[in-house]
Amino acid sequence: MNTMASLPSPLLELKGMRKVYQSVVANDHIDLCVLPGEIHAVLGENGAGKSTLMKIIYGVTQPTAGKLFWQGYEIKVASPAQARKLGIGMIFQHFSLFETLNVVENVALGLDHPPKLKQLAQEIIEISNRYELPIDPFRSVHTLSVGEMQRVEIIRCLLQKPKLLIMDEPTSVLSPSAVRKLFETLRQFAAEGCSILYISHKLDEIQALCHTATVLRSGKVVGNCIPANETPQSMARMMIGKDLTAYKHHAFAPGETLLQLKGLSCKTKDPFGIDLNNIHLAVRAGEILGIAGISGNGQKELLYAISGEELVSKPDAIQICGVSVGKINPRGRRHLGLCFVPEERLGRGAVPQMSLEDNALMTMIKPAVVEYGMIQYTKVNAYASACIQKFDVKCSGPQAQAQSLSGGNLQKYIVGREIMQDPKVIVLAQPTWGVDIGAALFIRQALLELSNKGVAILVISEEIDELFEISDRIVVMSDGKLSPAKLTQETNVEEIGVWMSGMWPEAEQITALPAT
Amino acid sequence: MEQNIFTSILFATIIAGTPLIIVALGQLIAEKSGVLNLGAEGMMAMGAIAGFAVTFHTGNPWLGCIAAMFAGAALSLIFAFLSITLLANQVATGLALAIFGVGLSAFVGKPYESETLPAVAPLRIPYFADIPFIGEALYNQQFIVYISWGIFWGILWFLYKSRSGLILRSIGESPSVAHAIGYSVTRYRYFAVLFGGAMAGLGGAFLSIFHTPLWSEGMISGKGWIAIALVVFATWRPFRVMVGAYLFGGVMIAQLFLQGSGLEIDLPSQLLSALPYLATIIVLVIISRNPLSIRLHSPASLGKPYRPDA
Amino acid sequence: MMLKFEKRPVASEAMRYISPLLSIIMTLVCGFILFGFLGKDPIKGFEIFFLNPLKTSYGISELFLKATPLILIATGLSIGFRANVWNIGAEGQFILGAIAATGVAIHFDYHPRMLLLTEMMIAGMVGGMLWAGITAFLRTRFNTNEILVSLMLVYVAQYLAEWFVHGPWKDPDGFGFPQTVIFSDNALLPIFFDGLRVNLSLLAALFFLVLAYFFIFKSFAGFKMLVSGYAKAAARYAGFSINQSIWLGLLAGGALAGVAGMTEVSGPAGQLTAHISNGYGFAAIIVAYVGRLHPVGIFFSGLLMALLYLGGEQAQYYLNLPSSIGRVFQGMLLFFLLGLDILVQYRIRFTGLTRKEA
Repeated sequence: MNTMASLPSPLLELKGMRKVYQSVVANDHIDLCVLPGEIHAVLGENGAGKSTLMKIIYGVTQPTAGKLFWQGYEIKVASPAQARKLGIGMIFQHFSLFETLNVVENVALGLDHPPKLKQLAQEIIEISNRYELPIDPFRSVHTLSVGEMQRVEIIRCLLQKPKLLIMDEPTSVLSPSAVRKLFETLRQFAAEGCSILYISHKLDEIQALCHTATVLRSGKVVGNCIPANETPQSMARMMIGKDLTAYKHHAFAPGETLLQLKGLSCKTKDPFGIDLNNIHLAVRAGEILGIAGISGNGQKELLYAISGEELVSKPDAIQICGVSVGKINPRGRRHLGLCFVPEERLGRGAVPQMSLEDNALMTMIKPAVVEYGMIQYTKVNAYASACIQKFDVKCSGPQAQAQSLSGGNLQKYIVGREIMQDPKVIVLAQPTWGVDIGAALFIRQALLELSNKGVAILVISEEIDELFEISDRIVVMSDGKLSPAKLTQETNVEEIGVWMSGMWPEAEQITALPAT
Repeated sequence: MEQNIFTSILFATIIAGTPLIIVALGQLIAEKSGVLNLGAEGMMAMGAIAGFAVTFHTGNPWLGCIAAMFAGAALSLIFAFLSITLLANQVATGLALAIFGVGLSAFVGKPYESETLPAVAPLRIPYFADIPFIGEALYNQQFIVYISWGIFWGILWFLYKSRSGLILRSIGESPSVAHAIGYSVTRYRYFAVLFGGAMAGLGGAFLSIFHTPLWSEGMISGKGWIAIALVVFATWRPFRVMVGAYLFGGVMIAQLFLQGSGLEIDLPSQLLSALPYLATIIVLVIISRNPLSIRLHSPASLGKPYRPDA
Repeated sequence: MMLKFEKRPVASEAMRYISPLLSIIMTLVCGFILFGFLGKDPIKGFEIFFLNPLKTSYGISELFLKATPLILIATGLSIGFRANVWNIGAEGQFILGAIAATGVAIHFDYHPRMLLLTEMMIAGMVGGMLWAGITAFLRTRFNTNEILVSLMLVYVAQYLAEWFVHGPWKDPDGFGFPQTVIFSDNALLPIFFDGLRVNLSLLAALFFLVLAYFFIFKSFAGFKMLVSGYAKAAARYAGFSINQSIWLGLLAGGALAGVAGMTEVSGPAGQLTAHISNGYGFAAIIVAYVGRLHPVGIFFSGLLMALLYLGGEQAQYYLNLPSSIGRVFQGMLLFFLLGLDILVQYRIRFTGLTRKEA
């Protein structure tokens, strides 16, 4: 802070910010300083308190203690409307758009005194031309791609001529090329004098884009730095507090094909969904196959088809251990040795109001706990307790309600209860999303060990880094189609990034791929 | 068909459909904000008795209507408090309201069971009423019929041309996002529910003051539920609510229709009486078969309580 | 000073049991006030409404008699409600059960008594299940909302009953009243004590309560329904058929409502009339809810609800109030329960009074 004494006065300054939710201290004595025209990163892993801090700045929630200075004056931001009046704009991680309304209506809702819709549409077109963010004002939002939705959010903020733009994990839904375009736009804003608060846990992006960074851990500020002078490792150390231990890698000696998808095509019933198009995939015993790609390209539909939550018309399009399962429901597939961990923990992977014990019962095939239609609860209890212990789940016991666990602990429990079913094939979607780094490492290590035991593992993930860390082969999913598979060590992030826009060579034969 | 018969059937259809329109449009607004209030039957019953009683004592049917709107709104306030503020399950609370409202109206209405009200003269609109075939049916009606049309236009403007209506629709689509942008989900939902209650009360009063100017326990006989079904059938679009309400009105006076057509069909009277309810089922089946239509037009948050977390 | 709701870290189990009791107390207090408001002596009103029915053995018998159909229907409903299957048409299923049982009673009354009663009970079950089955079919096949369909079917059922008693089954000696012949003794449920109307149906109710307990809490089928009720996506993920839950939930409700209909025509009514149902199907919804969808709770709340019905009759007789005051109390009870339920998940906090955090 002392080095900034000779610089222009800060636009936004937080002193001693504190927010307590019941017994949880989300923000603890946070100081923050943002200069005009500065791109300032707020860095921290899941649960560090970044979102809470942004909610305070944007007026969605009120701090328990602390002072906020805007352009030198101490103020309280009482509401988002006031924040907008001050010149603060916010772009949420999970866009604040209404899908059944069109672009103009959505923009109008985000403004406080919008002009008539026709005039607003004109203004939208002007701004979209000026910053090269092409968008058609009268399209329904549900027909837009994710990148286009983000443009709507940005344009909406720009119309209020903001002095400060808060962006919460803006690139989690973008392809690498879209990320580059976004960064160009942000640099243009900064050059025009607008400050940007950039919330992220992606170290390479922060290095590429941001001027300064404040690092949060467990609700406290643990340091400030200039990303250009740091390395991803040094920033990670600040973020996590210790060095990342390397994974114990596994021997790659794949066996027979245990999960096979042949010509899988599926029309989606969801009006906002993606159709699957002629998918070919083979996952072998002892290998970890990763599917990369931005959410919304058919991953959801693919998992529904593999798990059996959605049945397909051709039974042999999906084969588990050689058995055609296209028409078999999830429970039937579990009997054949398939286990899966869905993307949504609460509401799909686990029932929030039920106990951990009951949540285990939900997917248990072995040991058999149902006799003459009646449940043997002591056996279920023993299973649940074993899972809690083996997978380091912090909770009050098997009777604890699923919703009382933290995201990381619940995820460990769900992964654990599936692993304990001794599967032949296990499929996981976004296994470490929203999970603290300790649990994420635990889960990834568990998967590596599992593959050593000859289990075929399929991982669908948005985090390319994660896939490069644990998978043996990688494929990319784009618009309902699957790319050819490549050995991880024979490719890199850039190539996968290109493939994510669907541009992969079609007829390329890849080595070490079994005949499909 | 003779002009007189056609005109009188059209006339009766409009009268039968009017309470449905009023109640259904009120429900529409409440549901557009994301709140499902199944208590329409109870609110109509209370509106009917409140309207009847006040008209009986004051001799003024318009005061009766206002009283009915208050009664309906008051009942819906209970629902709003329980389901919006206390986060109670909307379906159960709505059912409780239906049961309670009908029971309370029976209790309050006991002394009025043998009373009648003087008939209210219809309001004839000159020139329009002289149009052959349809003039007498459409433009020689009770004033409240014209009000129901006014409500329709008002709601159309509100929902699609006004800012408040846009905000209401956004709240029904995604209350958490609306809240994050800074709109008060609670306030809008309260108003929407109260409006729905007032309309339900008014619809009930139409039955007891203008339609058959007497009160009897159970006189609502399911019209509140049909109005709720009507909103689903119309996939939450006001114009379709109007059309559907008159269609149902037609079904309700099916007996009249059959006599007037000169067809000699001998159907048990109970079957004819059951027709509106059977028709409701059939119509619901037809409309539920297309999930896309429902997803695009139904408020996505309908029936789910909104828990403000900050 | 502001009242705020704060989410509890763990749902309060204690509150789950306290809130029904609290809502009963609040209803009683409101009753007190209501009597005073109506110009009656509150204490006298309280006594007449709530205590009179319990004073005589006849009263207690009537209490159990009235509670029986409520308990039966509510037990069936609770199985469905737990699976998020909203069977609102129990009233109609009750009527169909009554119609079916009546058909058997009239046409087979030469059968020996216990056989005839068994046949009537089965007929009642089948009638109720058929009616509920229509709703289940439309819901599973066409995704039609079961609340509205089952409710519309109530009105249809009422007209159906009307048709039977005005038409084919009309009592030739009945002076044109809408009713069937009075059942022969063969078709009536045996009573326990002379002079008291409580009959064998009470045992049937208890039997089904116990059956329901095992189904809900110990059986895997019951568990599957519970998951379907809590989270549809999770049930799909687990491979539990939502359609099966819907069918089971509706058929259970229909079957038991049908049995209740049978106990009504072969019990206190002794015949089928146009107004056989009397709102039991709706009151049972309240019974199920106040009883927390638990067999033990349903038993007690069924008795409570019966008390409110009887109290209404007492109030009419002694206090000159319409008997529908009983229904007002029933609605109030449910309102209070629904309102107090928030305390299970949330705590009340008064902010602004103390400053706890720095």
